[in-house]
Amino acid sequence: MQVTVIGAGVAGLTTALTLAERGAAVTLLERSASLGDNAASWLAGGMLAPFCEAETADPAIIAPGLAAIDWWNARVPNVQRGGTLVVAAGRDAGELKRFARRTTGGEALEADAIGALEADLADRFRHGLYYPAEAHLDPRAALQALADRLAAHGGVLTFGAATEPENAAGDVVVDCRGIAAGAPALRSVRGEMLVLLCPEVRLHRPVRLLHPRIPVYVVPREGGRVMVGATMVESDAAGPVTLRAAVELMNAAYALHPAFAEAEVVEMRAGRRPAFPDNLPRVARNGRIVSVNGLYRHGFLLAPDCAARAADLALGTAKVSEIAA
Amino acid sequence: MQIYGQTIASRLMLGTARYPSPDILKRAIEASGAEIVTVSLRREAAGERAGRKFWDIVRETGVKVLPNTAGCHSVREAVTTAQMAREVFGTNWIKLEVIGDADTLQPDLFGLVEATRILSDDGFAVLAYTTEDLVAADRLVEAGCRVLMPWGSPIGSARGLNNVYGLRAMRARYPDLTLIVDAGLGVPSHAAQALELGYDGVLLSSAVALAGDPVAMASAFKLAVAAGRLAFEADPLLPRDMAEPSTPVLGQATLGGAALQ
Repeated sequence: MQVTVIGAGVAGLTTALTLAERGAAVTLLERSASLGDNAASWLAGGMLAPFCEAETADPAIIAPGLAAIDWWNARVPNVQRGGTLVVAAGRDAGELKRFARRTTGGEALEADAIGALEADLADRFRHGLYYPAEAHLDPRAALQALADRLAAHGGVLTFGAATEPENAAGDVVVDCRGIAAGAPALRSVRGEMLVLLCPEVRLHRPVRLLHPRIPVYVVPREGGRVMVGATMVESDAAGPVTLRAAVELMNAAYALHPAFAEAEVVEMRAGRRPAFPDNLPRVARNGRIVSVNGLYRHGFLLAPDCAARAADLALGTAKVSEIAA
Repeated sequence: MQIYGQTIASRLMLGTARYPSPDILKRAIEASGAEIVTVSLRREAAGERAGRKFWDIVRETGVKVLPNTAGCHSVREAVTTAQMAREVFGTNWIKLEVIGDADTLQPDLFGLVEATRILSDDGFAVLAYTTEDLVAADRLVEAGCRVLMPWGSPIGSARGLNNVYGLRAMRARYPDLTLIVDAGLGVPSHAAQALELGYDGVLLSSAVALAGDPVAMASAFKLAVAAGRLAFEADPLLPRDMAEPSTPVLGQATLGGAALQ
């Protein structure tokens, strides 16, 4: 079967690879000139943190989110299964209690245990939470690895190809364009992020700093870098990072460890997350076109599950009820 | 309650930020029975019209939108934001916040009075986020404000009514002005207490948005507001120092004596 997938963000790449793994002849079209341009997933944290995310998200994300960790681990390098550490400043201790109450899969930690996990945070926080089953990856390396695997399975990835699904060739077309699909009820939730170079602070896992107003996370990357993210603004503005957002993110990094004051800000960017009103993704088929959209802040977490559902619909292996839904 | 000549049946106003999803926000608005919701132009938009989709979702519930100037720390910022909000939302109502302290988010009363004067002169109907300070309240009324919104306690602190004496005094000073407790409510009993004091209404945000089940909490606040208002209208008892038996003591039959044989 000939399938065209449009959009080479995390949704499109996972869907294209899943289809190719199942034997379809896949063409992946991307309007940008290179991998990651304009893709929300290029700016993602890369946390595979279903338990922590379920603090505010529907608990339905937990099972597919856990399965996603294995999916990624089998396909891309350096999936780190070191869990997630959650901390809060002393005066925000109430936030930790609330977070613990609203989540599963975590355990309470005291200062010593925090130091054992993250030596550089020793003596900085008296209480924390640890979610050992969670993981993280480097989104850019992961997307590149998917593109390579797709090629190895005979898939073709073409850049600079903007197409409407109706006009695309193939037996089935999978629309993974995100915001650009302009689906009804789809909105954009703006996110702003920083990448800091700070070899002085070495972290081994994503650390979430709870704060009543500005919760942030810091995710370690290769080469002494960390990603600090991310704001959540109900806006479809795509423009550069605002000063307010930069100050909030930098302040949070500094609150996590004062040595971040000496960090080099190597990147500072804003992106737009596609989201439906319930903040859950949708996979649906209408005639020849399958659409995958609304991954919100859970691109890497939920893309493998969405891709499997999209492939079921595209290849006709889904139950009829699922197609009707 | 009356807000600038309009009669609003629901005494509960709801903020719209920080819900788990717009769907849950919509259901919480419905459950609360609120007819007015506040939206923040600054916080939620990063640009004048960029939050349109989110605001459309809010509008779909059929409620009246009250834009606010949340996050503004100066008179100029607040005035500009109010003017932008008037264009974007097509209303001259503005919930005016001029924040004076980053830690407590308490209002800058001096800036608030100045911004109220500018906006009132410009045709705005100002709902001022203030403290229970009576002198500031006088100045706000002089500047044209007809709806005062004193805090219960600092924004988001969930501490309830910190200064009941001050709130009572404010109610007594302005028997005919619309007074709404704006910030710091955490649980429904806080809202009931505000209504029992004779406040016309309450504005809630994080108490509902950040609850484990925002929709259920919205219902709980709706009931509490109704209970508090009903209690106020029913003219509650005043606290006293001594017990007041509900049946007369004099001439009561003695228990355990011959009378029971």
